[in-house]
Amino acid sequence: MSEIENPVLEIRDLKIEATSYPPGEKPVDVTIVEGVSLTLAKGKVMGLIGESGAGKSTIGLSSMAYGRGGVRITAGEVLVNGTDILKGGAGALRRLRGKTVTYVSQSAAASFNPARKLMDQVIETSLAMGVARAEAEARAVALFEKLGLPSPKTIGNRYPHQVSGGQLQRVMTAMALCPQPELVVFDEPTTALDVTTQIDVLAAIKEAIRDTGVAALYITHDLAVVAQVSDEIMVLRHGNMVELGTAEQIIHDPREEYTRDLVSVRQVNHAEKPAVGEAVLKINDISARYSGLKFDVLKHVTLELAAGQTLAVVGESGSGKSTLARVITGLLPPNAGSIEFCGRTLSPALKGRSKEDLRELQMIYQMADTAMNPRQTVAAIIGRPLEFYFGLKGAEKRKRVQELLDEIELGTGFADRYPAELSGGQKQRVCIARALAAKPKLIICDEVTSALDPLVADGILKLLLNLQKEEGVAYLFITHDLATVKAIADKIAVMYRGAVVRDGNRDEVLSPPFDDYTDLLLSSVPEMRLGWLEEVIAHRKMEAGGE
Amino acid sequence: MITSIIGHPVVRLVAHRIAMGLLLLFAASLLIFVGTQILPGDVAQSILGQSATPQALANLRAELGLNEPAVSRYLSWLLGALHGDLGTALTNGQDIADAMGRRLGNTLFLAGCAAIIAVPLALTLGLVSVRYQGRWPDKLISAVTLASVSVPEFLLGYIVMFIMAVRLRAFPSVSTVYDSMSLLERLNAIALPVTVLVLVVLGHMMRMTRAAILNVMQSAYIETAELKGMRPFRIIWRHALPNAIAPVVNVVMLNLAYLVVGVVVVEVVFVYPGMGQYLVDHVAKRDVPVVQACGLVFAAVYIGLNMIADLVSILANPRLRHPK
Repeated sequence: MSEIENPVLEIRDLKIEATSYPPGEKPVDVTIVEGVSLTLAKGKVMGLIGESGAGKSTIGLSSMAYGRGGVRITAGEVLVNGTDILKGGAGALRRLRGKTVTYVSQSAAASFNPARKLMDQVIETSLAMGVARAEAEARAVALFEKLGLPSPKTIGNRYPHQVSGGQLQRVMTAMALCPQPELVVFDEPTTALDVTTQIDVLAAIKEAIRDTGVAALYITHDLAVVAQVSDEIMVLRHGNMVELGTAEQIIHDPREEYTRDLVSVRQVNHAEKPAVGEAVLKINDISARYSGLKFDVLKHVTLELAAGQTLAVVGESGSGKSTLARVITGLLPPNAGSIEFCGRTLSPALKGRSKEDLRELQMIYQMADTAMNPRQTVAAIIGRPLEFYFGLKGAEKRKRVQELLDEIELGTGFADRYPAELSGGQKQRVCIARALAAKPKLIICDEVTSALDPLVADGILKLLLNLQKEEGVAYLFITHDLATVKAIADKIAVMYRGAVVRDGNRDEVLSPPFDDYTDLLLSSVPEMRLGWLEEVIAHRKMEAGGE
Repeated sequence: MITSIIGHPVVRLVAHRIAMGLLLLFAASLLIFVGTQILPGDVAQSILGQSATPQALANLRAELGLNEPAVSRYLSWLLGALHGDLGTALTNGQDIADAMGRRLGNTLFLAGCAAIIAVPLALTLGLVSVRYQGRWPDKLISAVTLASVSVPEFLLGYIVMFIMAVRLRAFPSVSTVYDSMSLLERLNAIALPVTVLVLVVLGHMMRMTRAAILNVMQSAYIETAELKGMRPFRIIWRHALPNAIAPVVNVVMLNLAYLVVGVVVVEVVFVYPGMGQYLVDHVAKRDVPVVQACGLVFAAVYIGLNMIADLVSILANPRLRHPK
């Protein structure tokens, strides 16, 4: 790499450690990041990419000499404008943080103080630097305007809960840019957003970076996103650097095997299966609302799913897809319509359902963590439905647990482990085994891969497809991720504001002509090529101008 | 305009809480009345003494209205209380509202002085503890407040009296106050009971403040403030405390209620003419109307302060104050 003159940020041979406390053993120091070096010139954007645990956030925060939860930098140098910030005292760090280097976090909703107005929080550091309030507010309003926030003059008077997630993320970007820093660390700033919102925020961030000439570290697990905003990309794995190159080189000509895997991820695919069996699930004209709400959250939803098929329900947050799952499982009785399951009409409320109804309809959740009792072993978790539905005990139960563990591709050793000893993907596999243990006809999968890294999520999708082939179980697959839908669905239903706006066979739904909403949804999914973002934005502006 | 104010969720919540408070007060009055009815003993007997003739006892009972059915006695008592008429004391024929008014004023004065010192002090110590969490100032504050809260009040009273009044001769050991005393003289007289009360309530409030703020300090927005380079004390004061108001106010109000209704022992130790002594005196004499009146006032104070805590918690919540 060529030497850059006067870089904003230079990290040399960084080593970051944390202390881990394994139960019953002595605390041990664990290396989280080792031997990472990077140089970032003024006005440039470097993308840090990798799976969870790769150390991307840790490296990002090290540019502010900050360690989360006992994480500490034990070796190396972090130079901001040529000064090693690790050697300065607490006072020097306070002058650096929020002023020279600022931070945009993944969840703006959690990162804003709920008790204070947005404007007070946005201009807080500017005021601390001695900028007059009127000037700081003028700066903030200008940034709100640049970032495309509605009513930029008054939005600062609102409290965090009064604006949407996408807007909050933009306000947080404005908060980071307001003190006119030289480096901004963006830590997964669009990951928690819906695709249609993500694209706007991404465009706003990119424009703000370009216009202010600030340097940025852009951390994400989504290579397609980072390709849109970065000049250079560093690929990380297990705290080590795998590859560093220009965005173009990483996308088009990755040198390392692992980078190639990341670029080519989402290769899970299967041919659409025709509906041959009888309908497992028939949802007829369902409307539902939560008590206390004055409007229906689900509006006249009608869907059908055949045995052994996968119906993907796609939509943004608030579209009613999870409510649909609650209605089918009986947690929320609908106020109109009926549900037919395996030819019989289901009781609307959970109380009225037979044990057989319960057994044949299982569910897998997004957060495998919270869906398992942390004090039970894997064997106890999977064994519970075996005992409850089939009365299996002792050796018989153990044998069946083992069979199920084999089916989900986990070995013998896992039966006696606790959930805390499993990785995210393994936890989700145990949840799948628990659902399978009941020998269901239908499994509702609610965002089951959303919390997982792409490569791990792919493994889960493959497993689900294989299990479907062997067991003939039907899936109702709820997700906001269109790539997942393409990978797994036979049929697709697109939901928007509580209603199904488009449904049918997969290839039909994904082929033009589209309705407006499906078009917007499909065109918002980031594609792994440079310049995609500009194309979409230009295209949309043109269409908006043409109307 | 008016309909929009009435429709505001905060107004509805506040109205609901106030209505619940009144309902609770009514229930408390019922409980107090029933409770005093099932107490053993006979007022007429205790007034006239063991040597009274049956005829004299019957006459007195009729005069005091003790032969009426309980329901009608309760209703006339409640109706009177609603008009500010708490009846007359059986033992000395004084108007209860009058006699109690002065006592209540004394008790509120003592409680108020203790609160003015204890509440800000507890909050400050709580904030300091959080700032230096796990370091020596935190440990020192914890140790001292825990010790003071663990010692029984009467013992604490005598220790304070021994040191301040007997050894140092700084303040009087007896806190009797008269109408003719000036404010300064009164403050001087109650210095010792105030000290004891502050020591008793400090630990509880300080520890709750500390715990509530430490809980908030785990939030993502505190990390945001740290990454904005804010000073530690500003983070605690401006970012953490506003989000810890609800639990802190609840504990503060519980302690204020204790200062009013629970200071019997301290009043007796320092011979302070407050509500506590008044109540204790008349319980001994089986003067039921006075006991009922005191119970009702204590219940009103308790419910009122807790209602204020609820209201502050509601008003401190920006989600309720500023709905979407």
